[in-house]
Amino acid sequence: MKWSAFALSSLIDSVVVTESDRTQPLIALVGNPNAGKTSLFNALTGARQKVGNYPGVTVEKVSGQVEIEGKPAEIVDVPGLYSLAAISTDEEVAVEALLDESTSPDLVVYVMDASNLERNLFLFSQLAETNLNVVVGLTLTDVVHREKGEIDLAVLSNHLGCEVIPVVSHKNEGLKELREAMGRAIAEPRELELDLGFPKIVTDAAARVVEQMNRKGIDLKPTEARCVLMDENCSTGDRFREIPELWAVVEEERKLIFGANVQARTVDAQSRYAWASRVKSESYVLPSVPRGRTKTEMVDALLTHRVFGLVIFLGIMYAVFQSIYTFAAPFMDLIDAGKSAVAGVVGGLLEGTPVLQSLVVDGIIEGIGSVVIFLPQIMILFLFISVLEGTGYMARAAFLMDRLLGWCGLNGRAFIPLLSSFACAIPGIMAARVMPDQRSRMMTILVAPLMSCSARLPVYVLLIGAVIEPRFGAVWAGLSLFFMHFIGLAVAIPIVLILNKGWFKGKRLPFMMELPKYQWPRWKDVVLTVFSRAKVFLVTAGTIIFAMTVLIWALLYFPRGDTAAYEKEWVGQGKVVAEDSGFDQYAELRQREDSILGRFGRAIEPVFVPAGFDWRLTTAILAAFPAREVVVPAMGILFGTGGDVDEESASLKDSINSATWPDGRPLMTPWTAVSLMVFFALCCQCMATLAAIKRETNSWKWAWFAFGYMTALAYILSVAIQQVGRMFGG
Amino acid sequence: MAERVISAKDLRRGMRARIESVGDEEALHTRLLELGLIPGTEFKVTKIAPLGDPMELELRGYRLCVRQSEVECLRLVELD
Repeated sequence: MKWSAFALSSLIDSVVVTESDRTQPLIALVGNPNAGKTSLFNALTGARQKVGNYPGVTVEKVSGQVEIEGKPAEIVDVPGLYSLAAISTDEEVAVEALLDESTSPDLVVYVMDASNLERNLFLFSQLAETNLNVVVGLTLTDVVHREKGEIDLAVLSNHLGCEVIPVVSHKNEGLKELREAMGRAIAEPRELELDLGFPKIVTDAAARVVEQMNRKGIDLKPTEARCVLMDENCSTGDRFREIPELWAVVEEERKLIFGANVQARTVDAQSRYAWASRVKSESYVLPSVPRGRTKTEMVDALLTHRVFGLVIFLGIMYAVFQSIYTFAAPFMDLIDAGKSAVAGVVGGLLEGTPVLQSLVVDGIIEGIGSVVIFLPQIMILFLFISVLEGTGYMARAAFLMDRLLGWCGLNGRAFIPLLSSFACAIPGIMAARVMPDQRSRMMTILVAPLMSCSARLPVYVLLIGAVIEPRFGAVWAGLSLFFMHFIGLAVAIPIVLILNKGWFKGKRLPFMMELPKYQWPRWKDVVLTVFSRAKVFLVTAGTIIFAMTVLIWALLYFPRGDTAAYEKEWVGQGKVVAEDSGFDQYAELRQREDSILGRFGRAIEPVFVPAGFDWRLTTAILAAFPAREVVVPAMGILFGTGGDVDEESASLKDSINSATWPDGRPLMTPWTAVSLMVFFALCCQCMATLAAIKRETNSWKWAWFAFGYMTALAYILSVAIQQVGRMFGG
Repeated sequence: MAERVISAKDLRRGMRARIESVGDEEALHTRLLELGLIPGTEFKVTKIAPLGDPMELELRGYRLCVRQSEVECLRLVELD
């Protein structure tokens, strides 16, 4: 069990992000989305990265190690921000981590996009009013140079009041200089002071508040006073909001300002942008002038074209889907074969001790195998995702698809996670991280397992082949297969609408995003993403899947039944115990029935009778809860043809068709077949999915919620189908 | 210069407009202001998605995608 002990400790290590007692300086990379934060982070840390969660929320925290003047420092890649006034959970977490005294960094590296100075200066102007220690890393200067622009760094640095270091992350340019500047700033922290040029009426009022507060023994800075005046909920006000005498001072001045018809937020933004625009025009020696149509515009004319754009989009999505559906298959077969080979060898070595043999082969090796089997799909999908993100196409995909997904409360970025889920929900759920806000991320994660994954296909093929096709012909067989793939999607829409209207009400976030300039993917970033996703899956979701596999093994293995009793039953049916007499299958079946899980199945069997399922189908369903892949072999065992069958086996189809209820009625009517397929389509029979939800939402609550609603939905719909079918005489 | 008061629904590709006012209640309006959509700002509609929404605006030297519903709170004036 050394493996799991190791994995468990990494799990704890990576999930519980403890706020260190600061043996090392803490550095935060802060910046607008698309400013080049992650590339700079990768360039500074290399592979020395750790992925965890901010305490208590689904927001991921990526941190790493960087060397500053020969000493190690911790560096955190803070989620992209437009403003310190957070409106989403991700932004809230990021802002809180920056401003809270216990977690606030020793240094902020503000990543500023040189080709979009004005808007990038807005957030900087807010940072400058906190007491954070800031150094600027100026990115995308290569873009400015290409457009024949030139920035005077001395002028810019003079305006900002801190060092400004140009960096080109993918060429490793400026990294050394940035590290040196970081070292200097950590050694000598200083606060920034900007003159943002607020209207006189505001600055005068702020000065009066400062004066009065000082007289009453409260230390307040002019910027803090202005913050309270402009926004009464500003956290600076917390110190005296509850003291009526002091708060009255603020209220008085607020009345004066607003009486003069000043819209606080508008004035705030106007002043900051006026400042930003001034800084920009003075810092540019030569203005950056895009020559004619830029390459990005030309590519976009095609890729966002109303016809070609959609056609190309569908083509790319088809390629992504095919890759995880088809190209991953040989790798998965290889892993499967490797698992069987190891199981064969190890099983042979442990022949003498059946309990240990079964634990190692069916529990541990199976457990490891069922984790590793997901890696090809996860790695292939994240290869695509990071290339699509890296080139800038991902934002276009969201732009194209937003209308289609936006109306029900999702957004355009949900397309890839949902599409991937048609191959497998695990990579699909992990891909939901491309969505920058927690609300749509949660909704996507919760409906992703409804998409019909490839593991459901064998059930459809078996039942359609055995029941639908012989009676209704190939056309109906094809139609029902199509319908089965569609039903999950159809059900997902009302689920999203309900979640949107009920659960996540009142937190609707604007779509607002940018279409970044096209560029070639940075292979270093791609490789890092693929491997960090694989690692995260292995150490977190993988540990849970492994532990659950061993647990399920135990529930199906214990208590050991009495083989002699099974022999007696077998002989009692007038059969002989011999090789190939079918006794081995019978004993296996009886053993499962007598196991803890088997007894449980028996006990709840009556629950499934209204759906048209007898004890065999019920037990097959229960056996498939950990992973629906096992259902076909399980039905083989339960319908007496042995576990060595697949969805094309004629023997299994025959025994399903000839199976009856105790009173002689045929078991598998077309209605029962449909009801069983719908159950499999909607039910969350996959513990790996639950483990992935737990990992991505950082909470078991949402994993159980998905399990609960999907199981309930599956049950209700399959009962409804069976009952309606009976009314029509099925 | 011909000026015409319009709303977000009237925006077409290639059109240029100036923002006259932004609402001042919701978080959404604050975000619009923070992104530089403040009174007096001029922008150009550079793209409209094939399905009719969202659209891309060019302002302050950068480009921003917004949904029509999110910019309905802006009072706009069409520029020539």
